[in-house]
Amino acid sequence: MHLAYPAVLSALLFCTGLYGVLARRNAILVLMSVELMLNAVNLNLVAFDVWLSRAAEETLHSGQALTLFTIAIAAAEIGIGLAIVLAVYRNRGTSDIDRLRDTAEGHEPDGPDAPDHDASAPRAAAENAEATA
Amino acid sequence: MTLAATLAGLAAGTTDLAADSRGFLSPTGVEIAFLLVGLVTFGAAVVTVTTKQLVHAALWLVVTLGGLAVEYLLLTAEFIAWVQVLIYVGSVIVLLLFGLMLTRAPIGRSPDADSGNRWVALAVAVAAAAALVWVVVDAFRTTWIDLDGAPAGSTDVTGASLFQHWVLPFEALSVLLLAALVGAIVLSRKATADAATAAATGTPPAGSPPAVAPPTTAPVTDPATGPASAPVTGPSASGAADAGSDTEGSR
Repeated sequence: MHLAYPAVLSALLFCTGLYGVLARRNAILVLMSVELMLNAVNLNLVAFDVWLSRAAEETLHSGQALTLFTIAIAAAEIGIGLAIVLAVYRNRGTSDIDRLRDTAEGHEPDGPDAPDHDASAPRAAAENAEATA
Repeated sequence: MTLAATLAGLAAGTTDLAADSRGFLSPTGVEIAFLLVGLVTFGAAVVTVTTKQLVHAALWLVVTLGGLAVEYLLLTAEFIAWVQVLIYVGSVIVLLLFGLMLTRAPIGRSPDADSGNRWVALAVAVAAAAALVWVVVDAFRTTWIDLDGAPAGSTDVTGASLFQHWVLPFEALSVLLLAALVGAIVLSRKATADAATAAATGTPPAGSPPAVAPPTTAPVTDPATGPASAPVTGPSASGAADAGSDTEGSR
């Protein structure tokens, strides 16, 4: 197989994930796009490892080992990321990353009223669920 | 380019690296299969990042990751393919779907799924794709992967290299997974602890809106122990524990 096929597919998948990270607004969709980019890197690693294990008689299999490590790190990343997104949603009532601009320079935050007003509905619902559980 | 040239110089005489006899116009069967699965994978990825329905995006991501597993199989990396199916399709997608449901993703079309800078993002992505594809094709146009013979990524080969040469990173990764697990549990238990202390002291935590639930349900459960003991773990904590244990188990 030509090495160009997996390399080009990997580049295209990476750029698709790049578009998703830049253009999406929901935090979980951004996490999905990050997964796409990580998978593109994995495909590249596997393709080059298969090539080098024959062409250069490389026996370390560093590409496949790194792929396994990347998959494990991606699993850890998605767990932590979802925990952060859920914590933000619990506090703010939204997972819209365009509205999380508190630390942006030159932009005042929306004011203390707007996020608290949004957060009241899900927080009350969550406390109801906890109290009745 | 220089990397490819160096490696070609290293391996000269052992394998024919230059694929001058093999053109792109006469593909082999594996290449045709790779192209077709690659088209499906890429199309599913594009739908994933462009669809307006959030749950459909997660389901198209399943198609993308499954297509990538098939590509790993075609590249004779069997172990990676099954790990991909187990971890990504098995647990990461489930975690993402749980996340979508827990943040009340609307079922149906949501008009604000895309940000306002999507045209800038599209320009950046297309420019990056053009540059990367041009460079990659120019560098590896004549490089040939020899797929005949023993598979390059069987469980035997991968396990031997992993536990001979990569033991220390492997163990470090176990510690990292443990840290991630503990971190996810701590992150998702914090609000529960706040609510428990608020219920115990009778005052809402600072900055939170006044709660409606505790006064009405106080006679039902003991306010000191009821809300504190009822929610054992947050939903994302158990989900993250799933991901961690899946990763440990599949390795």
